[in-house]
Amino acid sequence: MEFLQYFGGVFEPTSFLLLLGGTMGGLILGATPGLSPTMAVALLIPFTFQLEATQGLILLGAAYTSTVAGGAVSAILLKIPGAPANIATALDGHEMARQGRGTEALHVSFLASGVGGIIGVLLLIFLTPVLARWALAFGPSHLFWMAILGVTIIGSLDSRSFVKGLLSGCLGLWLSMIGYDDIQGAQRFIFHDSLTGGVNIITALIGIFAIPQVIEMLAKGRVKHKIVAVSVAKQSLLSSLKLLSKNVKALSIGTVTGSVIGLIPGVGGQIAGLLAYDQTRKFSKDRDTFGKGNPAGVIAAESANNAMVGPSLVPLLTLSIPGSPTAAVLLGGLLIHGIFPGSDLFDNYPEVAWTFINSMLIGQVLMVIFGIWVASYAARVSQIPPPIMAAAVLVLALFGSYSVQQSMGDVYIMLALGLSMFLLEKVGFSAAPLVLGLILGPIAEANFIQGSMIANAMDGPAQYFLMGPLNIVLIALVLSSIAWSFFSSRREAEKNALLSDTVAKGGGAINDPFHDDTGAQS
Amino acid sequence: MNDIASNKATVNRLQHVLPATLVLLLAITVTWLSYTREPSDAFLFPRLISSVMVFLAMWNFLRAFLGLAKVGDGLSAQTVVRIAPGVIVMLVLVYFAAKALGFYVASFLAFLCVFSLYDPASHTAISSWVKRLLITAAFMAVIYALFTLLLKVQTPRGLYF
Repeated sequence: MEFLQYFGGVFEPTSFLLLLGGTMGGLILGATPGLSPTMAVALLIPFTFQLEATQGLILLGAAYTSTVAGGAVSAILLKIPGAPANIATALDGHEMARQGRGTEALHVSFLASGVGGIIGVLLLIFLTPVLARWALAFGPSHLFWMAILGVTIIGSLDSRSFVKGLLSGCLGLWLSMIGYDDIQGAQRFIFHDSLTGGVNIITALIGIFAIPQVIEMLAKGRVKHKIVAVSVAKQSLLSSLKLLSKNVKALSIGTVTGSVIGLIPGVGGQIAGLLAYDQTRKFSKDRDTFGKGNPAGVIAAESANNAMVGPSLVPLLTLSIPGSPTAAVLLGGLLIHGIFPGSDLFDNYPEVAWTFINSMLIGQVLMVIFGIWVASYAARVSQIPPPIMAAAVLVLALFGSYSVQQSMGDVYIMLALGLSMFLLEKVGFSAAPLVLGLILGPIAEANFIQGSMIANAMDGPAQYFLMGPLNIVLIALVLSSIAWSFFSSRREAEKNALLSDTVAKGGGAINDPFHDDTGAQS
Repeated sequence: MNDIASNKATVNRLQHVLPATLVLLLAITVTWLSYTREPSDAFLFPRLISSVMVFLAMWNFLRAFLGLAKVGDGLSAQTVVRIAPGVIVMLVLVYFAAKALGFYVASFLAFLCVFSLYDPASHTAISSWVKRLLITAAFMAVIYALFTLLLKVQTPRGLYF
């Protein structure tokens, strides 16, 4: 119950104001289609430089939590999920709004998010110290394999091609090696003066997540913005609470699914929401009403995508392995404040760690209160035309990347990485493994070098890195994640080939909701 | 119908081969540098990673070359035409204007350019231009308040501001 001692820190005036601002800002950013939670958190990092580590993390944590929940507003009112995690919410939420039950849908969505989120953070509170103690048994070889596992899991799961997923991870690891070597002081891969100091993580995150989205917005061309939000009438919160209590089963399924999914690195809120929705539908007596405005669908999806937020930070805070791309960005936020997550975090920085976690708990409550209030304003923000949004994100990316080290070199790197990532995404590479490689690269290398030194003094590298029960388990997990990805991508390729055959034989067009007619991936 | 399909397949294949070749060349360069540069201890980890990278890049290249790479849609000519003006504005802003004109002037112009280029509203009506200028000025005022007043970031001033 150590966490209870640090609740006071959350209510310090500056910290509480940041929590409030992060929650409200996150709700509005989350409701804006095209601004993903990962990108929102990446763009917020430069604003934390002047803050203390705890305050900076409170702001980022609040934004992370509320952007996921805020995405439900546009999913319900506009049928455009604010983030991939809200895809399942749109299925029933928008139908409810069309039937004149928009307020009810928003209420149950935020209430379910709050319940799921609180349980997720409680899991984070109780699991993290246990795992952190367990992580004390980890030596350099284990930490090296853990870092590699982080890259291979995200490379395998977050990419539609197993080769490209792993290759993205390798590119990220290579980017992390650019600059001066810490131990020998040797120059490595410095092809341009801007690279002398290496690739700054925050700069890279801004470029990789913001620039491709700016270009995607521009790819829509000069089209009239015709999105109209469904209007919502005022309704009592009490009736929404009654509705939530009638759907405890959906709430439980969503919360449990989200919590479990959150603990698995790389799986993410999108899968949590869709899986919870599917399971709730399967267990429901009224499964035919799903997709036609059943509140259970909204409750399951929203409780799941917020329940995964807390657990996704467990591997991050204990083993330095982010559970999601947004958690990877949060890791970047920790590192710039000189805080290295891992087994020592709760011994060396208990105040920072516990105040941050506690703020996420309070943040869930604030999110419910302000979510319901901000929802109508957030819907208006989500109607901002894409050209304004694209121009705004571009300017924010320019100022944000410059403010990291007040260096033009960072700005050049930001745009170069952003443009390259846009082109790479068009041929099936994905950003998450690349970012994870970039973030975990220094951790993997430091432990590899340290392990090699120990190995040279002992039985040699093969014995040190490949033997021992924990090494064997971790290597098996690395290989399993690669094998699983290999077989699943082959299965998908066979399925796609079969579908193409059907189309070629005149079976009709395939309506792929993730691609538009311009060939752009949504 | 078949011609269109085969033409599309060729475009997709080419669009996969080109980046696969570039990634392979990068992987080969990184591997070559890792194995030839001194001190060798500083390149121990890069050697390990670049060896895996070059293997994966070769695999990726072969798949693209043999037409087996299907993931990703590539870029259609229509998309290239649509994004080109915006990308040119980005390049000019970052690699030239920001330093030469100053961050605020360059950003103001870039915001206005992107907004105007992609705004479906009339480009001949004065009211549309007034609206664009006001939105741009308001946004830049927010940026000034956030970065210069709140965060005390000293941006390059260039010729202007």
